Amino acid sequence: MSGSLSRAAAALLRWGFGAGRGGLRGPGVRATGSSAGGCSAEQLDALVKKDKVVVFLKGTPEQPQCGFSNAVVQILRLHGVRDYAAYNVLDDPELRQGIKDYSNWPTIPQVFLNGEFVGGCDILLQMHQNGDLVEELKKLGIRSVLLDEKKDQDSK
Amino acid sequence: MQTKNYSHLRRMLSGRLVRRLVSMAGRVCLSRGSAGSATVGPVEAAIRAKLEQALNPEVLELRNESGGHAVPPGSETHFRVAVVSARFEGLSPLQRHRLVHDALSEELAGPVHALAIQARTPAQWRENPQLDASPPCLGGSKKTRETP
Repeated sequence: MSGSLSRAAAALLRWGFGAGRGGLRGPGVRATGSSAGGCSAEQLDALVKKDKVVVFLKGTPEQPQCGFSNAVVQILRLHGVRDYAAYNVLDDPELRQGIKDYSNWPTIPQVFLNGEFVGGCDILLQMHQNGDLVEELKKLGIRSVLLDEKKDQDSK
Repeated sequence: MQTKNYSHLRRMLSGRLVRRLVSMAGRVCLSRGSAGSATVGPVEAAIRAKLEQALNPEVLELRNESGGHAVPPGSETHFRVAVVSARFEGLSPLQRHRLVHDALSEELAGPVHALAIQARTPAQWRENPQLDASPPCLGGSKKTRETP
């Protein structure tokens, strides 16, 4: 694990954040915004299970309105996770409160993997740093690009 | 501005290898925070008291980061806390954060808009005993500060 960790850290250092300017998301990201379609527990349950990776943000992946939401977007981008559903709670006050009640979590952003609540920015960052995120993505059949040592320079 | 944001984030994300840089950023934040609010406000005092009561922490570091956001001077809306407690032994990050949330439910339902949490066991804290820096505000709080 420490080997893959240091590789990931090295990849991070080589990865140019500046390269992401104006292109913060891959084509697969669905900024579904206000189309959450209701905020009952059942509806939210279906929503978070509809996609393997679901995030609730302030703002959109291309224009986060909060530093913590931006950090979540950037972490997913670093791992090459492009196919995820992003919901902007600023578009929908009901969703904003509904998702907090659903997950019993008082803040936004919120991250769900395979329908399971993972946490907010702090926990995702921690999982990124300790290598857990790579493993969790693997369970979903998503290969983190941080594992591909050579690709990072070319993929800009 | 964008570039600045990302370089800050890169320092934050790349963890140990650039810990020194993050630590510097942290100190910058600290000095900025203290410049904005020299005194400890009632919300900060309540957060401290409630966490001490609930989790009996070995270390409790609390920083009012509101000065970095689009809120009036002296606001108590954005905080970062490091709680180091033996109570966290054997608990997942999610469970640890929930303990902190539970202790501060009143504050989180009211004035506190953002709370970054580092919940560590004493052994984990000794590995990296510092309060990290938060990512820079992107301006959303200006429009949304009324409701957490």
